Amino acid sequence: MAGQRTLVDKIWDDHVVAEGRGAPSVLAIDLHLVHEVTSPQAFTGLRRRGLKVRHPERTVATADHSVPTTPRNLPIVDELAAAQVAQLETNCREFGIPLHGLGSPSQGIVHVIGPQLGLTQPGMTIVCGDSHTSTHGAFGALAFGIGTSEVEMVLATQCLLQRRPKTYEVRIDGRLAPGVSAKDVILALLAKIGVAGGTGHVFEYRGSAIEALSMDQRMTICNMSIEGGARAGLVAPDDTTFEYLAGRTHAPRGAAWDEAVSRWRELPTDEGAAFDRSVTIDASALEPMVTYGTNPGMGLPISASVPNPADAGDDQRRRGLEQALAYMDLRPGQPLLGQKVDVVFIGSCTNGRISDLRLAAAALKGRKVADGVRLMVVPGSDEVKREAEREGLHEVFRAAGADWREAGCSMCIAMNGDQLSPGQYAVSTSNRNFEGRQGKGGRTFLASPLTAAASAVAGAIADPRLLPGIETLAAVGGR
Amino acid sequence: MPDQPYTRFSSAVIPLPAENVDTDQIVPARYLKITDKAGLADALFHDWRYEADGGLKEPTFVLDKPQMYGRKILLAGDNFGCGSSREHAPWALVAWGIQAVITTSCADIFRGNSLKNGLLPIIVEPERLRQLFEMVASDPGVELIVDLEAQVVHLPGDEDLPFDVDPFSKVMLLKGTDELGYLLDKKPEIEAWEAVHRGRVDTLAGAGT
Repeated sequence: MAGQRTLVDKIWDDHVVAEGRGAPSVLAIDLHLVHEVTSPQAFTGLRRRGLKVRHPERTVATADHSVPTTPRNLPIVDELAAAQVAQLETNCREFGIPLHGLGSPSQGIVHVIGPQLGLTQPGMTIVCGDSHTSTHGAFGALAFGIGTSEVEMVLATQCLLQRRPKTYEVRIDGRLAPGVSAKDVILALLAKIGVAGGTGHVFEYRGSAIEALSMDQRMTICNMSIEGGARAGLVAPDDTTFEYLAGRTHAPRGAAWDEAVSRWRELPTDEGAAFDRSVTIDASALEPMVTYGTNPGMGLPISASVPNPADAGDDQRRRGLEQALAYMDLRPGQPLLGQKVDVVFIGSCTNGRISDLRLAAAALKGRKVADGVRLMVVPGSDEVKREAEREGLHEVFRAAGADWREAGCSMCIAMNGDQLSPGQYAVSTSNRNFEGRQGKGGRTFLASPLTAAASAVAGAIADPRLLPGIETLAAVGGR
Repeated sequence: MPDQPYTRFSSAVIPLPAENVDTDQIVPARYLKITDKAGLADALFHDWRYEADGGLKEPTFVLDKPQMYGRKILLAGDNFGCGSSREHAPWALVAWGIQAVITTSCADIFRGNSLKNGLLPIIVEPERLRQLFEMVASDPGVELIVDLEAQVVHLPGDEDLPFDVDPFSKVMLLKGTDELGYLLDKKPEIEAWEAVHRGRVDTLAGAGT
């Protein structure tokens, strides 16, 4: 105690509106992100009760999950998706919520546009009806996914009922080797603690490896906190954070900026503050990671071989592994390197930001996607797309034989028509390799943008460390 | 959303021994393009139940065995409901008729969503879960009684299996009221807090369409 608090404690204490005996705390929410898939029933609930949105100016919406990534002048062919997007437009108009909708230059995946617009700021509480809301924790915000009932609660009251989460220190020290990136760090953590390792907790990522990462890379790590069972994952704000935020549309300006930065500098965990749990990872020992199974915790260093279910500790684990390998049609002992792939997907709220596309383009420059392999590159937002085109990245992708698309969640969730066929193998920079996640019967290997690009060229899972000039490539990501 | 009190009930068990059942399995994403809650009972575990042509898989998934119809208790492996925040998962389970999931742990968001929809997660020790699976294997029609008020599952032979539940959620479930009503009653506290805490952003300012 002695007043030493973690980053999470400080944000929590700052937002408690009321505490009741036996009841959860009433927690104030600074920013509510809304998208078309998990909100319609919440707006229906508001209408039924005759309620308004309490703070439309702390709410922001976009269409991302069910939208096509085909050229924007084409209509949405899927009638259900079209109706869902139209419903979002109606709801936003009726309740006065700003919508960065299809055709808007600020449309994009909800977790890409929040930071991009400068809406995501340190010390805030941020929620969205989407489990990858943990992404925004990269700014030192307490950000977590909620269900549709909670979406309705936040719309109506700008508050939620919550119990204080336990804290989990994830310390990552050391220097990443060339070709190893944030995606590999989070996949290594998940492989270590499992997909339920963080249940009931909030991660705080700390250590020299985290401090050295760009905001984009920190977002990649925080994004997948939920895959470890933690609703949120945070990184303390620092100069990298402030540099990213300065000048963005909704970031404070002038005196308000100086005031905000001095407030934000108070947020990092106090020296000596205690965490409920802790884990340490040596960044310098990490290889590029790739998953082999049907949850994000089933990951291995890329040079490893598929594990043998017979070696699993207990019966339930063995059955789980057997089911995963049967679904993936992989043999125990088979090397991951060289496993043939049909599709490569680069995009999503995990790895669809500009630095991800720069890395992928640098790896693809002057090369061709292997015969028979389809490479889809889907920018995380319209702004990411424009920036990529300003830099000529789309020309690199197209010259390599890739499909350059419009912004959206696309094949990460495969509800917009972008999907694998049954039995196809994909290397994907997204966040989930669950059965059928990228299309019914589709099989997913999660990996970094560099591994994805190297695999697209090889037509099989390939080690990005063998790309020519990898030492300089790794520096390409930028801010 | 629950509009009726959660009362004591008796039911046989649907055994689903898989670990880490994610919400993409409970409701595949392509069934999320709805703007209401219709049709979710058919979407429940869709890709584990049906072939591409719409026929039932062979062997039949546990849910579609005729003796399972009408059962209200799902017995599931560790970390049930991980993954996406989609509330469609508990909506679909409840639409099918499930009222309780007995497992060793539930994902946080799924647990919260379930408690708001009349679906009770009952968390037991791993050894106890193993015993329950064994009991159901040897006596597939065995009936359990779920008593939320007493926080016990009555097992055959007068054995009681106690479980923990969040006290607030328990009250909400037993009364059949929802949390939004409770939160709306906090308006004075919310207004008082907002009077001294400015909004951090104004999403309506500047950008947007």
